[in-house]
Amino acid sequence: MIKTKLNIEQIRKDFPILTRKIHGKPLIYFDSAATSQKPKQVIDAMDNYYKNSNANIHRSIHQIGEEATKLYEEAHEKVADFINADSYQNIVFTKNTTESLNLLAYSLTSKLKKGDEIAISQMEHHSNFVPWQQLAKQRGLKLKFIKIDGEGNLDKKSIQENITKRTKIVSLTHASNVLGTINPIKDIAKIAHEHGAMVVVDGAQSVPHMPVDVQQLDADFLAFSGHKMLGPTGIGVLYGKKELLEEMQPFLYGGEMIREVKFDDTTFNELPWKFEAGTMNIAEAVGLGAAIDYLKKTGMENIRNHDAELVDYAMAKLKKIDWIKTYGPKERGAVISFNVKGVHAHDVAQILDSDGVAVRAGHHCCMPLMGVLGVPATARASFYLYNTEKEVDHFVEALYKVKKIFGV
Amino acid sequence: MEEIDQMYQENILDHYKNPRNFGKIMNATVHHHEKNPLCGDELDVYFLIDDGRNIADVKIYGHGCAISQSSASMLTEKVKGKSIDEIKKLKKEDILEMLGIPVSAARLKCALLSMVLFKNAITIFEKYIKEPGVKRER
Repeated sequence: MIKTKLNIEQIRKDFPILTRKIHGKPLIYFDSAATSQKPKQVIDAMDNYYKNSNANIHRSIHQIGEEATKLYEEAHEKVADFINADSYQNIVFTKNTTESLNLLAYSLTSKLKKGDEIAISQMEHHSNFVPWQQLAKQRGLKLKFIKIDGEGNLDKKSIQENITKRTKIVSLTHASNVLGTINPIKDIAKIAHEHGAMVVVDGAQSVPHMPVDVQQLDADFLAFSGHKMLGPTGIGVLYGKKELLEEMQPFLYGGEMIREVKFDDTTFNELPWKFEAGTMNIAEAVGLGAAIDYLKKTGMENIRNHDAELVDYAMAKLKKIDWIKTYGPKERGAVISFNVKGVHAHDVAQILDSDGVAVRAGHHCCMPLMGVLGVPATARASFYLYNTEKEVDHFVEALYKVKKIFGV
Repeated sequence: MEEIDQMYQENILDHYKNPRNFGKIMNATVHHHEKNPLCGDELDVYFLIDDGRNIADVKIYGHGCAISQSSASMLTEKVKGKSIDEIKKLKKEDILEMLGIPVSAARLKCALLSMVLFKNAITIFEKYIKEPGVKRER
């Protein structure tokens, strides 16, 4: 039985979409690792912003402009507090995790020398893979891959082998979107720092689901997306240690990020605005702020426990079914990747959808990892604070429908 | 009948589980490979083309979802013994009619993988290989 402290029934009432019927059946949304649903508190906050305080920020000498600026800056403060950053100056808003990681890849590698090394892992999302791969090619850097072991954890020996004095950047996912693996970032950061390397953490799957404390992790940078943590699309975060952000060259040039422009040169704005060029997604920042309020009120510890209990509950059921194969370690985030014997993941997802169960199927933007696992694709069920045991039961029943249709 | 049962009707599943003309032709006139990286589906086709520009034999080889694999299996039956011009004339609508099931926008790529593969194989034949008949083992 779920012992969670969350009042799921109350929580579910906050999410308007959960009342939807899909093919005549209640929506069971098991795709939160792709994007989470949004509570009415977030939708209302954005609505209110547009109805009452919409204006451009930072240089408006008028009432609503000041309101918008305050809301936008407060959102930075909320994020800083949420991940225990020193101040709002450590928090740069971007479009999403991908943009945050691209910003880092461009800006950090510009100071590296030919032959310098970057270490990532085999389980990285394409967002934490392709930017480093491409920049390494352009700038003559070496990209190294930390291997995963049979269970789906980072291989300890491979960590040691791939982080050396030649390593300048170590960029790793905190929680895998395919395997659910939660990586020991704190330990790896220690090794990386001992070798003089900077540590970049892809927190897209961890920040929404567990308490994340940048001081405790000792991450130099952390990237995550608003839309996976109850917030809107179009707003992402890049956290960075202040001295590192200060040193970095801006990634995008334009309005707002400048202090003074002359015909022959430009000086840049102070942190974090130096990295926020052009009119930003103000309403989305306000929405992210509201999402963080909601998560804090619910309690990240509670959400982590709820996720873990739901995963254990579902895994116990799936393990008993011999025509289902699951992937990943026992200790994991709110993600279960699986395959039905002899059935392609897309067919599994299609049949589950006919019962109102939304799962993802494919390579989950981890093609290299799929190669390591030796499968072309997997189906993936991912959970969040609004999911229930009863939904897991329906999901398992729907899997029997797959079995029946395909005669597994 | 529920829509999902219409999609996964018996003949689709039959072609998926027992694909027709499955295998390889080692001395095929033309061999071609296509994949749909987004799904992980992969498919090879082998055509033996005779002097009359007809498909004397065809084999497919690969893996993928029920829609892509059954579509490929059915298509081999449809083109076997026919002129290569029939393949060149194939349209999306022909494939959907052949499958006879509702195909959602997201699955259209799966349904059409084999048609694209067959057409590209014929293009390669006409452009580069030109000569019909058996080729040396590759």
